[in-house]
Amino acid sequence: MAVGAPVTAEVAAAAPRPARVEAERRRIDLGSLPLNVALVLLTAVWIVPTLALLVSSFRPRFLINTTGWWQALVPPFQFTLNNYREVLDTYSIGTAFVNSLTIAIPATVIPITIAAFAAYAFSWMRFPFRNSLFLLLVGLLAVPLQVTLIPVLQIFTRTGLTGTFLAVWLAHTGYGLPFAIYLLRNFIGALPSDLFESAEIDGAGPVTAFFRLVLPLSVPALASLAIFQFLWTWNDLLVALVYLGGSPDVAPLTVNVSNLVSSLGQGYELLTAAAFVSMALPLIVFLALQRYFVRGITAGAVKG
Amino acid sequence: MDIVRITFLVGAVVLVPAALIAYVLVTDLGVRLLPPRTQPRIRPWLWILPSMLAVTVFLIYPTIATIWLSFLDKAGQTFVGLANYGEVLGDGGVLVSIRNNIFWLVGYTALVLVFGLILAVLADRVPYESAVKSLIFMPMAISFVAASVIWGFMFAYQPPGAPQTGTLNALLNLFHGSPIAWLIDHRTNNAALILVAVWVWTGFAMVITSAALKGIPEELLEAARVDGATELTVFRRIIIPLLAPTLTVIGTTLVIFALKAFDIVYVMTSGNYNTNVMALRMYQEMNNNHNNARASALAVLLLLAIVPVLVFNVRRLRFQEAIR
Repeated sequence: MAVGAPVTAEVAAAAPRPARVEAERRRIDLGSLPLNVALVLLTAVWIVPTLALLVSSFRPRFLINTTGWWQALVPPFQFTLNNYREVLDTYSIGTAFVNSLTIAIPATVIPITIAAFAAYAFSWMRFPFRNSLFLLLVGLLAVPLQVTLIPVLQIFTRTGLTGTFLAVWLAHTGYGLPFAIYLLRNFIGALPSDLFESAEIDGAGPVTAFFRLVLPLSVPALASLAIFQFLWTWNDLLVALVYLGGSPDVAPLTVNVSNLVSSLGQGYELLTAAAFVSMALPLIVFLALQRYFVRGITAGAVKG
Repeated sequence: MDIVRITFLVGAVVLVPAALIAYVLVTDLGVRLLPPRTQPRIRPWLWILPSMLAVTVFLIYPTIATIWLSFLDKAGQTFVGLANYGEVLGDGGVLVSIRNNIFWLVGYTALVLVFGLILAVLADRVPYESAVKSLIFMPMAISFVAASVIWGFMFAYQPPGAPQTGTLNALLNLFHGSPIAWLIDHRTNNAALILVAVWVWTGFAMVITSAALKGIPEELLEAARVDGATELTVFRRIIIPLLAPTLTVIGTTLVIFALKAFDIVYVMTSGNYNTNVMALRMYQEMNNNHNNARASALAVLLLLAIVPVLVFNVRRLRFQEAIR
């Protein structure tokens, strides 16, 4: 997912409605059948494509090419794991999975660490051009990556980094920072100022305040940012395509699967399996951390 | 997973943050050697230095360099003024890409906002709201590459008479229509690509709209209903105006995405059959034609299209800071 503009702050502004009112509103509207039908239909339309992919990835080739995926839902059930075996063995999807991890984990950890330092300085330290520099970062949020590709590629080529993971980590760090700093500053800047005043009275310097107060209190914001950045780097195609090239040793899942689309064409029994391997981890991250994710965004200032 | 790779990963995940934390600790020890009055003047710069450095190297410098490259010849030697811009704007393929980006801008932005709003308002009235929202939001977690495979399968086409395995053409068959080559037919292919992006992003608009919707006081809606307003009037006269600022913010994000659209077109059609967009065309000039001059000119045109949104974002933030 590419979140390109300051939008998350708006979510924090909307407070949850009291539970009692919630219950009343629901009771009033529950009787309306057309509403429920429309909503269930729309939701069905949204999940059918993913369902089709998932079902097809377990179907044998001869059936995929002659019958629709929905025919797998009635007996005789004919499912197989061969498609997964084949994409893992023959099309280096396993290597690509490891490559995606190798890209996404450091490309998440590095920018968040740096951004936390900057966000703290932008929130609680006074220095000239503080606001102008921050506005510059907000402006950079919207800059299209395309405008940076050629010069950055030239830098990487000159330094011999093209085709290495280090190049992609550095690029993702630069590209991810404006959003990371923006999101963290919104959160860290909203911490109560008495907190820092009493820390100062207790003799804590900025470094102690940062590690003992700011970081622990910012865990919700850091966590939701980590999810954003992880999904963004895991799902990225363009940055990997340009700075890594298509070599299977380093290609992540996105590059590998998009190459499969052009080489296999209609080989949907393999494409669906490969695509599902690429979706599995983001879906697990999403399903496991969804609540925490939303809570992290909506959690306001800390009490006490 | 070989040992070199594991060492590499551990190094990046543990050692790099450790080094960065050490940077803060060590430089702060240095700062404390300074006179107490100078300390607060130096310290902030050390804290923002790593970020500013990365942003300068990967965003600010390259943007300026690309603008400069767009005024040079293909070899990057001679100043040629606006010649590259004349060349790309005189190219029929580029004009088609610009037209397609306008399709994306209007169609994608409008559809995502409308679907997001409808789903948020409908889901707000049922007890299984969170299940609906999870399912609609789920595509946001997956890559556009995976979404392209998912929809490539939905759009799959076989000649008339052959069994249709693609869901959409099978549905057409059911109603005795003739199958459509969705991604090749010029009447449908741009819409088909945009639809994939709409499918992915609607959850984003829905979740944010829904949060804003829950911030509208119930008494306000009740008061209008007591005064005899129908549900439709309440929606049009109260809900929409109150949601307008939120919808605007979502809209700016969508506009930026529409202008930068790349992955879906790259995977599904490679820009063939009149479906190319500016971002992909720029990539093709750089990667396939090795023409950095034209690629830079295309990138700058893309940047120019985004500048109004960029200005809007900055002004909105300054306003927020002012009322803080």
